[in-house]
Amino acid sequence: MSHPSKEQLQKEAAEVLSALDITALKPKQRIAIPVQEMPTQDPGVRITNMEEVAIGYSKDQVIAESLRCLQCKNAPCIKGCPVSIDIPGFILKAAEGDFQGSIDIIKESSLLPAICGRVCPQEAQCQLYCTVGKSLKDVEKSVSIGRIERYVADLERESGTIKMPEIAPSTGKKVAIVGSGPAGITVAADVRKAGHDVTIFEAFHKPGGVMVYGIPEFRLPKSIVAKEIDNLKQMGVKVETNFLIGRTRKLMDLMVKDGFDAIFVGSGAGLPKFMKIEGENLIGVFSANEYLTRSNLMKAYDPKNASTPIYNSKTVAVLGGGNVAMDAARTAQRLGAEKVYVVYRRTEKEMPARVEEVGHAKEEGIDFLLLHNPKRIIGDDKGRVTGLELLRYELGEPDDSGRRRPIAIEGSESILDVDTVIVSIGNDSNPLIKQTTESLVTNKWGNIIVDEDCKTSIPGVFAGGDIVLGAATVILAMGQGRTAAESINKMLAEK
Amino acid sequence: MNKVLHKEQLGEEVFRMRIEAPLIAEERSPGQFVIVQIDTDFGERIPLTIADADPEEGSITIIFQTVGSTTHRLAAIEVGECIENLLGPLGQPTYIENFGKVICVGGGIGVAPMHPIAQGLKKAGNEVKIIMGARNKDLMIMEEDMAKIADELILCTDDGSYGRKALVTEPLKELCETWKPDMVVAIGPPIMMKFCAETTRPYGVYTVVSLNTIMIDGTGMCGGCRVSVGGETKFVCVDGPEFDGHLVDFDNMMLRLGTYKTREAEDHHECHLEMAIQELED
Ligand SMILES: Cc1cc2nc3c(=O)[nH]c(=O)nc-3n(C[C@H](O)[C@H](O)[C@H](O)COP(=O)(O)OP(=O)(O)OC[C@H]3O[C@@H](n4cnc5c(N)ncnc54)[C@H](O)[C@@H]3O)c2cc1C
Ligand code: SF4
Ligand code: FES
Repeated sequence: MSHPSKEQLQKEAAEVLSALDITALKPKQRIAIPVQEMPTQDPGVRITNMEEVAIGYSKDQVIAESLRCLQCKNAPCIKGCPVSIDIPGFILKAAEGDFQGSIDIIKESSLLPAICGRVCPQEAQCQLYCTVGKSLKDVEKSVSIGRIERYVADLERESGTIKMPEIAPSTGKKVAIVGSGPAGITVAADVRKAGHDVTIFEAFHKPGGVMVYGIPEFRLPKSIVAKEIDNLKQMGVKVETNFLIGRTRKLMDLMVKDGFDAIFVGSGAGLPKFMKIEGENLIGVFSANEYLTRSNLMKAYDPKNASTPIYNSKTVAVLGGGNVAMDAARTAQRLGAEKVYVVYRRTEKEMPARVEEVGHAKEEGIDFLLLHNPKRIIGDDKGRVTGLELLRYELGEPDDSGRRRPIAIEGSESILDVDTVIVSIGNDSNPLIKQTTESLVTNKWGNIIVDEDCKTSIPGVFAGGDIVLGAATVILAMGQGRTAAESINKMLAEK
Repeated sequence: MNKVLHKEQLGEEVFRMRIEAPLIAEERSPGQFVIVQIDTDFGERIPLTIADADPEEGSITIIFQTVGSTTHRLAAIEVGECIENLLGPLGQPTYIENFGKVICVGGGIGVAPMHPIAQGLKKAGNEVKIIMGARNKDLMIMEEDMAKIADELILCTDDGSYGRKALVTEPLKELCETWKPDMVVAIGPPIMMKFCAETTRPYGVYTVVSLNTIMIDGTGMCGGCRVSVGGETKFVCVDGPEFDGHLVDFDNMMLRLGTYKTREAEDHHECHLEMAIQELED
């Protein structure tokens, strides 16, 4: 199958549109409009660069895709959206070509549409419930809500028409935000709008959280995240990088010594899990966090300019089946590995990664070893990885989560020759803030416990995002950020 | 942005720098370190121990040897200029109390991180003997500072150009026999720490070592700094940097330190070449 170019897809969309009387479409006609495919870089080309894989719709494509929406009265898609965006509302505007009107509707509910349009697992959220997908019995044929969202958000950003939100007169109250990921960014914006003085404290030298150090450029351009941070700064939010709460300053000292009236903790889920198998400390074994941070944040993919090195790999095994695993595998390939395997102990259906990323990974030639799990990592006398011993698995009865439990098949050991192993089986929460803050209550995994208003066990301290949810998603972090901001604004208004 | 307040060359490749960092100076304790990055877009992040701090002035002191491109660039920063990124204080502070008789062994640049620890131990009422080792006289640093603290100071060089011609393990073994210390703290190159731990093992003397592994974030996020301690994986940046030397798997740690060796050797080489070219041009 040849790879369709952006021009070809645009031409097809234009033909579709010219054949329709778009002012008087019947539901049947809408459903008959073909799903607009996302134009992408050719797989053979994109594995040689770090640029974004998905190029984005053209104007005709976005209109054609928007016309597929039936404008359902009950809008089941909204129920699937963690922040309840008025989805038919913004799609209607897009279909009419009123793209500014469209983005304005999204922004009533979502703060980071250009980012969410790219990284949300839409097929498990809004698009899972879409009537069009249901009637065509294929969730991949649902209205491409995320792609339309991305288009209108990009258009606004690129045309420089982003309006600064109005900021209420200064209240003189100070709010500290720990961490600059999507949760922190959202709280900062919403609390600043209410007129409070806001400072974000970020441990790394660049703000943005996982969106900057974890998710690669080819999936989420860093310039988009930088723009969001820039907007915050223009709104008057202060950003202190190189500032580790718990070490540079204790959490409660922000209140006691520095006079902050409220604190939001959005410190993420940054403690990589290892498998606890033999050979895990050999040279050539990395956590996905380390591997991706070297490449993304430290720019090791650009060895001419960057001083941070990254391991020179020929054959790589990535352990895990989530977005992080896909990102690590595809990064390894772009860095020059000849063969990259994803080793996952269940089947493709159970993989938590976004469907689109799995598809892209396959197009790029990543090899999926499903129903396999590592038993030990093998090294040579210099302590370098030479192989991975695998066990085959089969699926048994469903477990508590409803997913069928993988069971090892005895005697099915085999050895995969690899020189690099990237462990991508999830993150626990970083214990630093908990350890240095008395009376902050967490659960047994170290996640901070909050009530429905995102209040923690300490008065005036709120939390949200991955530090509360465990490794989750950008949109859920943003959703909690909104809730927390509302609580903070309410508390400060009453104070 | 942290301003360099003072810079001084202690030896051919060794520099001492005082840097403006009021919050770090206020919070830090002996044993802790900072992460330094010279260039926000492309620089690497390297850990350096805080050798001293002055909360009143709001400054910390670091001492470093120019070994890679980042330390070379750090040494080139002039007084009044700024270091782009400085994060700290990181790691667990040294556990200091009155143990009784303590031997501090500092090798090469390891004398710098040893200084605040020895100072703290002395202050807590310990009797402190200090063994300092270096390849040669020129690499022996901070002798005067250590002399102020030590109840006895023993100097060794590999080539005999200063003090005793011996490895630090020689006097260490003698003192284990004759003085019977309650604790040993050893900081220096991994190979030195390994052999210090081997020296004290038969005497059953508790031996603390401070590890300097490859790091990125220094906050527990990447696991790049991990070492095996008593069969368990530990993150040096958050669980350490100090560990029980008798439990550390030094062989694995030394191998892991060589993960990027070929690449760094090239960089180092390039760096020296660049400097040589610069000198020619000047
Ligand atoms: C490789 C990768 C790919 C992913 N892909 C997707 C995807 O496609 N779609 C999706 O929806 N989600 C994805 N996720 C998950 C998503 O990125 C997270 O759920 C989301 O970023 C969580 O946001 P957060 O604000 O809670 O925390 P984070 O984004 O983790 O930000 C936390 C920030 O806090 C800082 N910090 C931590 N401790 C401290 C402290 N003590 N003091 C100061 N600062 C501190 C950290 O340095 C960090 O910058 C991915 C995650 C990874 C790692
Ligand atoms: S469910 Fe699908 S068709 Fe119905 S309003 Fe939502 S996006 Fe449109
Ligand atoms: S340096 Fe990253 S976890 Fe220690």
